[in-house]
Amino acid sequence: MEFFERFAIPHPSPAIYASMVAIAVVSIAIVVGLTYFKKWGYLWREWLTTVDHKRLGIMYIIAAILMLFRGGADAIMMRAQLSAPENKLLDAQHYNEIFTTHGVVMILFMAMPFIIGFMNFVVPLQIGARDVAFPRLNALSFWLFFAGAMLFNISFVVGGSPDAGWTSYFPLADNEFSTSVGTNYYMIAIQIAGLGTLATGINFLTTILKMRAPGMTLMKMPMFTWSALITNVIIVFAFPVLTVALAMGTLDRLFGTHFFASTNGGMDMLWANLFWVWGHPEVYILILPAFGIYSEVISTFARRNLYGYKSMVASMVIISLLSFVVWVHHFFTMGQGAFVNSIFSITTMAIAVPTGVKIFNWLLTLYKGKIVMTTPMLYSMLFIPLFTLGGVTGVMLGMSAADYQYHNTMFLVAHFHMVIIPGVVFAMLAALYYYWPKMFGFMLNDRLGKIGAWIIAIGTLVAFMPMFISGLDGQARRMYTYSEASGFGIWNMISMVGALMLAAGFALIVYNIYYSFRHAPRDIGSDPWDARTLEWATHTPIPEYNFATMPKIDTYETFWDSKKKGTTLFPDKIEKIHMPNNSGIPFIMGIIFFLWGFSFVFAMWIPLIICTLGIFACMAYQSFENDHGRYISIEEIEETEKELGGKR
Amino acid sequence: MKLKRALLLAVVAIAAVLAGCEPLTVLNPKGPQAEVQANDIMMSIWLMSGIVIVVFAMLAYMLIKYRSSKQAKDYEPPHIEGNKWVEAVCVGIPVLIVAYLSFVSVQSNYKVEATPPGYEDKEPLVVYASSSNWKWHFSYPEENIETVNYLYIPTDRALEFKLYSFGPITSFWIPQLGGQKYAMADMVTTLHLAADHPGEFMGRNANFSGKGFAENTFDVTAMSPVEFEEWVDEVHQTADPITEEKFEELLEPGHLGKMTFTGTHLDFSPAPEGHEHHQSNDEDSEENHENHDEHEGHSDHSGH
Repeated sequence: MEFFERFAIPHPSPAIYASMVAIAVVSIAIVVGLTYFKKWGYLWREWLTTVDHKRLGIMYIIAAILMLFRGGADAIMMRAQLSAPENKLLDAQHYNEIFTTHGVVMILFMAMPFIIGFMNFVVPLQIGARDVAFPRLNALSFWLFFAGAMLFNISFVVGGSPDAGWTSYFPLADNEFSTSVGTNYYMIAIQIAGLGTLATGINFLTTILKMRAPGMTLMKMPMFTWSALITNVIIVFAFPVLTVALAMGTLDRLFGTHFFASTNGGMDMLWANLFWVWGHPEVYILILPAFGIYSEVISTFARRNLYGYKSMVASMVIISLLSFVVWVHHFFTMGQGAFVNSIFSITTMAIAVPTGVKIFNWLLTLYKGKIVMTTPMLYSMLFIPLFTLGGVTGVMLGMSAADYQYHNTMFLVAHFHMVIIPGVVFAMLAALYYYWPKMFGFMLNDRLGKIGAWIIAIGTLVAFMPMFISGLDGQARRMYTYSEASGFGIWNMISMVGALMLAAGFALIVYNIYYSFRHAPRDIGSDPWDARTLEWATHTPIPEYNFATMPKIDTYETFWDSKKKGTTLFPDKIEKIHMPNNSGIPFIMGIIFFLWGFSFVFAMWIPLIICTLGIFACMAYQSFENDHGRYISIEEIEETEKELGGKR
Repeated sequence: MKLKRALLLAVVAIAAVLAGCEPLTVLNPKGPQAEVQANDIMMSIWLMSGIVIVVFAMLAYMLIKYRSSKQAKDYEPPHIEGNKWVEAVCVGIPVLIVAYLSFVSVQSNYKVEATPPGYEDKEPLVVYASSSNWKWHFSYPEENIETVNYLYIPTDRALEFKLYSFGPITSFWIPQLGGQKYAMADMVTTLHLAADHPGEFMGRNANFSGKGFAENTFDVTAMSPVEFEEWVDEVHQTADPITEEKFEELLEPGHLGKMTFTGTHLDFSPAPEGHEHHQSNDEDSEENHENHDEHEGHSDHSGH
């Protein structure tokens, strides 16, 4: 019995017990359902062992949507607790755990897989490739992310959630002040998912640099691919810092080192610096692919080429460079003095220039266009004003002297939600609507989609604009309660209304998926939006080899030109195609990594050693396995092509 | 139509900030540093509102003018690569705005990191403000007084807070007197403040520090120099001296009411300043002076 005591929740509540029951019921239902419908084989063959970038992309996106609801439930609980002064819905400990998991889940397990999911699905199609450079590594990336996400998510029912904030500042996150295993979960779950992300970065960098279709020079790449390229460069440079920081944090917590302790020569400031040396570039890892999505969507529905292609690329390169030299603005108040603050204040505000260029380029893309207001376009058009509000408040925060007053307040919370929600979440929703027909062969209902977009946009304003005010009125972030006399009540009540609107908006999206699945027509062709880039030159559904023959690229809108000017996109004859085989190794490694992480969290050394050996065994097997992939014969390709509507 | 409604909502929200029935705490400064910051904030709000209006107007214009429903069926949008001059304007204007803001920002940085103007004639009042879970300890070395969770300050002198922590990183913040600064366990940071007028202000730890964070507040009372002197005398007559045992007790995690002591804990538990100065042998006059204080405190302690 003693052995199992460590898994108990240190600070339980009825809601947590209810969640345990719910998790158990859902798990049993899934197992029973799969068995009853005899879908285990299908699941294993088509999804768990797949190395196809399209299927991995879809799995990333499904995971991201699940995590969106997990993080959203956290958000609703927080807003409910704060909606009235001295509210007793949650106590301090629960509130602390909830805002910590909300932050981690939304950034690392919602936004990240969302963008990586779309990168997976779209990038190889946009560059005319048959898969990514290392398909099996790609599958491993997904399963590592998924193992990390699941490990993090069970924390609240097994052993307790982390409670030191998503920034997990030391010494608060050290054993002395965070006594539960929660912060171990933070250190190890993010580590596992982070390794997956790092592998993704290397994989996509190689893919984009080496696997573009003939004729596609760098300056003829679609803008989303450009944004993915730059994002992956940032990933490759930024994520190792996180890896190291988390490893040092793990050593501090589990092996008694003092890297970040305030005694024995440790330095708590070191964690803050390392965290944000990764953390600020991370913001751009999220926002740049979102910018790429907007560029595609706006250009498609303005029926015009993207204005200022070169300056779009240049601005992203400049943003990526600046993203590494602004991290100190997350702690202007650490006492580094006027000179250092001045430098980082200037670099921070300088980011507004390339970002502004992008905003103006999108506006100028609309100029002389023929704007069709579909749901993805509506999200993009709502993004511009809302993101501008978030962006200009970012410039205000960049003024370091004034930041002494904004720092750690709701003003800051309002700012980053006003950039991340319109910037990243709207982009992901736009992309979801935009690429849905390519993924699933039917379109999501446009009317429901637009209603949802309006509810989400207005909900965002209602939820977060009041926080600017309460922040300037002195409401610090992360306070689980406040007094009536403070006068924060009214603003938090308005925020609660906005949060409920957001919840309703997301629920409507789910309903839309259900509704469209039932009612939407399936004969939509392969290019339902009349789009401009290469991914729309594929059939729907996309055959596993993507393109029967390699496209030939002349401009950054070759597909559009082939439609308008009748140029030939696919000049070559069909030849046999080399494809990678499925593999169970990445999935198995994901499971072992999950167990490895779980053992690590609870400092169970023998299972940890066994799992470590298991991981190395998988790697050895992988290294010595003789798998050269397989060929798809010309006949098979011709048959598939005929079935899907002939060679385009 | 809907877009307009959304825009209207945003404008109303901004107007509420700007107009505000009663002034928001941060925009209602009672000291020179907070005033510098409030001025920066208001200036940037106006400037940014201008940018927001330009972007909103451009977007509205494009959306109204170039909707497909307003155009001929066979209209084919032209291919436009970009224009050097247009892009120069798109870069140039933001550069000018950022340059101006940087200019203001750098100046303000040096203002808030120094004794405020008009207070140079008198030596600043040094107060050591240290946090422990979840309390604030204020030590007045000059007056030889220590308080818990409340702060009395005179209005005629600049204030120099020496911040450090007995636990997690905290942030010392009195919004109406000026912005915050971190208090950390392994170094001392300095925050320069001053109060213009007598009054009562809210002070708090702004940086999340665990379970008791929300209630980690303190009261600040600014008073005339005469009243301040009277208070100091009164404390010396009525309060008990702080002892090492008593202080250890105070450091226990939890919440405490207001407390007053004579003497300061700095005598037996000096602030973590000067660690780095030891090695670097910094000869900067002010820093050096503090070093001496610290050394004396230290030798006292070892003599016990």
